[in-house]
Amino acid sequence: MLMKLTGGRIVDPAHGVNDEVRDIYVNNGRIVKAPSDGKIDQEINLRGKVVMAGAIDMHTHIGGGKVNIARTMLPEDHAADVVARTELMRSGCGHAAPSTLTAGYRYAEMGYTAGFEPAILPINARQAHMEMHDTPIIDKGGYVMLGSDDYLLRMMAANDDQESINNYVAWTITHSQAIGVKVVNPGGINAFKFNQRKLDLDEKNSFYGVTPREILLRLSRAVKELGIPHPLHVHGCNLGVPGNMNTTLDTITGIDGLPMHMTHIQFHSYGTEGDFKFSSGAAEIAEAINSNKNITVDVGQILFGQTVTASGDSMMQHAAHSHAHPNKWVTMDIECDAGCGVLPFKYKDQSYVNALQWMIGLETFLLVEDPWRIFLTTDHPNGAPFTSYPHLIKLLMDKSFRNDVLSELHPEAQKASRLASIDREYSLYEIAIMTRAGAAKLVGLADRGHLGVGGAADITVYTDDDDREKMFSKPDYVFKDGKMVVENGDLIDVTWGTTHVVKPEYDNSIEKELKGYFDKYLTMKMGNFKISDDEIVDDGRGSLTIQPLHKGGRI
Amino acid sequence: MTERNEAGVWQEVPSPFCGIASDDLTISVNDQQVTVIENGDPITVKGFETPITDTVPRVDGQETSLANAVQRIAELMRDSQQTVISGLGTDLNGARSAMALADKGRATVDHMNSTGAFRNFLVLQDTGWMNTTLAEVKNRVDLLLVVGSDIESAYPRFYERMVWPQETLFSQDIESRDVIYLGKAPSGDASTSPKGKKAQVIPCDDADLPEVMSVLRALIAGRTLQADQIGGIAISVLSDLAEKLKAAKYSVVTWSAAMLDFDHAEATVQTLCEMVKDLNVETRSSGLPLGGKEGDTTVNQVAAWQSGYPMRSNFNRGYPDYDPYLSDSLRMLADDEVDTLIWVSSFDIDRTPPKTDTTTVVLGRSGMTFGQEPAVFIPVGTPGIDHAGRAFRTDSVVSIPLRQLRDSGLPSTFEVLSAVEQAL
Repeated sequence: MLMKLTGGRIVDPAHGVNDEVRDIYVNNGRIVKAPSDGKIDQEINLRGKVVMAGAIDMHTHIGGGKVNIARTMLPEDHAADVVARTELMRSGCGHAAPSTLTAGYRYAEMGYTAGFEPAILPINARQAHMEMHDTPIIDKGGYVMLGSDDYLLRMMAANDDQESINNYVAWTITHSQAIGVKVVNPGGINAFKFNQRKLDLDEKNSFYGVTPREILLRLSRAVKELGIPHPLHVHGCNLGVPGNMNTTLDTITGIDGLPMHMTHIQFHSYGTEGDFKFSSGAAEIAEAINSNKNITVDVGQILFGQTVTASGDSMMQHAAHSHAHPNKWVTMDIECDAGCGVLPFKYKDQSYVNALQWMIGLETFLLVEDPWRIFLTTDHPNGAPFTSYPHLIKLLMDKSFRNDVLSELHPEAQKASRLASIDREYSLYEIAIMTRAGAAKLVGLADRGHLGVGGAADITVYTDDDDREKMFSKPDYVFKDGKMVVENGDLIDVTWGTTHVVKPEYDNSIEKELKGYFDKYLTMKMGNFKISDDEIVDDGRGSLTIQPLHKGGRI
Repeated sequence: MTERNEAGVWQEVPSPFCGIASDDLTISVNDQQVTVIENGDPITVKGFETPITDTVPRVDGQETSLANAVQRIAELMRDSQQTVISGLGTDLNGARSAMALADKGRATVDHMNSTGAFRNFLVLQDTGWMNTTLAEVKNRVDLLLVVGSDIESAYPRFYERMVWPQETLFSQDIESRDVIYLGKAPSGDASTSPKGKKAQVIPCDDADLPEVMSVLRALIAGRTLQADQIGGIAISVLSDLAEKLKAAKYSVVTWSAAMLDFDHAEATVQTLCEMVKDLNVETRSSGLPLGGKEGDTTVNQVAAWQSGYPMRSNFNRGYPDYDPYLSDSLRMLADDEVDTLIWVSSFDIDRTPPKTDTTTVVLGRSGMTFGQEPAVFIPVGTPGIDHAGRAFRTDSVVSIPLRQLRDSGLPSTFEVLSAVEQAL
């Protein structure tokens, strides 16, 4: 069926289109050329409306073990946001740790058509995919976590060559069905198992003698050489520790110019100045990002209220456990592979530290100049639930609103921040870069995040409104693969998105050694570890989309 | 990967029965007869080798078609004021279909092992814990403390696979590992090291465990005690144990919540978990809850991601209404609050529905027999034998792919419950 979307104001940064009135044609889930005979089956009038590709959340904890621990441990948080069943939708719960079904519906209602789970443990990847399979409408995918797994650290301690590490990375990404590689507190999760309580960039793991810096270099090189489009996704050392900005600056400059994505950078941008020994490092960090073109970041903005922090970083979550609110928390050591920590948390606007965290995040957004290299996240749910994105967009686009909110926060924190003096307001075009074109490019989605011919027809239509929070909360229409799923902000159809992966090539002979390792040291067979394509398809509503590798990578 | 050779022998078969997901089994299949050739244990052998008897559904004791049986269940649910879907001995997709049906049919969901499982969930939801998984135990444990549980009776291969491996990642001398039982003594020798070092046993009655655990935690926290014995155990013995735990580099404290079968055992689990947290101020220590039987971990996981809660939600008001006490299916049945019970038990023919006058539907493993014929009985396939599937093991982290080993024609729980949902 050929559908014409007529007369919308197109904002499509992937093609340099900024607020131009054009028609879009859709057929079989794809954006197509205007039919030569002019025949269409359906026309939807979008005159005056703002039209963007569906939004992409490139870092959101939507599936996997730690998310499910968070759900299970927070009945009181769900109770305030239970979601009743409708003719169309399953029941569930929302807020900080939403059920998979509710998460999918709410993302779609906000105009999002894809979300990527950033911390898939190889050994827990099967679960992450089960949960994402039960997340409706949006496309999904994930970054597989390496860097604290004993196999890699053994290889590095033995000084194995880069080729071997590349093979192992490619093998892991392939058999855990991932689209990228993540490292969390490089080597630190492993060091915590040996009772180390912190690990600086150049500090050695007490057993392996390997440092975080070496892990970052090895893994980022592997990702680049394999041609994986998404750069190594890095949750750095010393998350949340005052003074960690220096580690972050070291990490940025120490990566030898290799592509690196530094995630939830806000949590890594803290200084130690002032009476509270806690200050903003946003200006220095932003300057380093501006001058190092190999670096991309997402912010991990915090917003005030109750949430839950779910992280692979068992070391730092354990160190922070006294801040749990309510006072309950979980950490886990996991399978000689990784770990996790889950802490409920309440960000308070009258807390100096929390208020400054809020300001640091916004300073970072506003001081990083290139919107293609910074991405809009709250590190859902760690900084705030993803449902707060429209509010965050308003903070970025509306200076007077931002300064009104700022003026209500902890007064000493206000004095410690230069935020009030920053005039920048994001444009619609820049928002579209951060949440669509840039995100698709960063994740490596060839056919998403743009409105060009051949692209998937994931399209979001808004009514322009000076109240940007209102505008981005309730799109007029959302099309997922060409099908209208949202009308006037309400879900009208439930579809099931695809799972995006990459399949880098590797030398299969590494399986010989891996098999011996699984047999000897792990508790499952290598063959049973692998997640087959059939498991992603599952009961038939799942599907797999293999995204292309960069040139230079081997396909 | 689970694979079959030409002689009809399957290698690397995972067990959905044993709770620790041993996946090194060799299994032969001749026609419908399954035989465990290598690496079986009493629980896994029974799980795989239980023969197929009935294959035809029954309504009111009369054989009928699957379609008729499904229609009958849908009718019962339509006329029901309060359905409970329990048992739930099933796999991933069985759990998914049960949740979907409960949501549509406004039923309550519970699991046959919930009484034990909630001793842990109540702790998770109140204070949390620091836990570990099986491969960490296998490679790191230097002191294993077993609290109130004869674990080898329920997990026969736990010691062989996790505590006495031939080799570990960190060159630890396996014989240096200490095993200490607090409470129940072990029923066999699985906890004895390969060279014959026996576990230390500090016996006490279940009824004394709450106090004994509290004292142990207090000693670890450095408190001084007036008493010189507790629950028949000299304080000096518990002090020694506290010192060993503090000196250990990676102690693991394990328990089977099902075996802590006394009132408010959750308080004892909580003391244990808080003790582990206290130990982690200076050294490393982790808890390891043992469960994972009859699909309990799988079902609680699926329920958590689909509804936000583990078992014991009531969907009567259109949304998940979670209450560990009010939605305890055994309590609901005893208090006559249920008019239809749907009991799913696809792993073990001995896990039959609780004795009740309530109209009962059973999706059970072929071979199941009943004191009282249920209103509807549908023999269903067993995941990992009759159909493919996936199941979580005890630590809620690792899940295994289950393969179809024979073609029995028995429907899966997913197929049956999905058909009921369609018919509703």
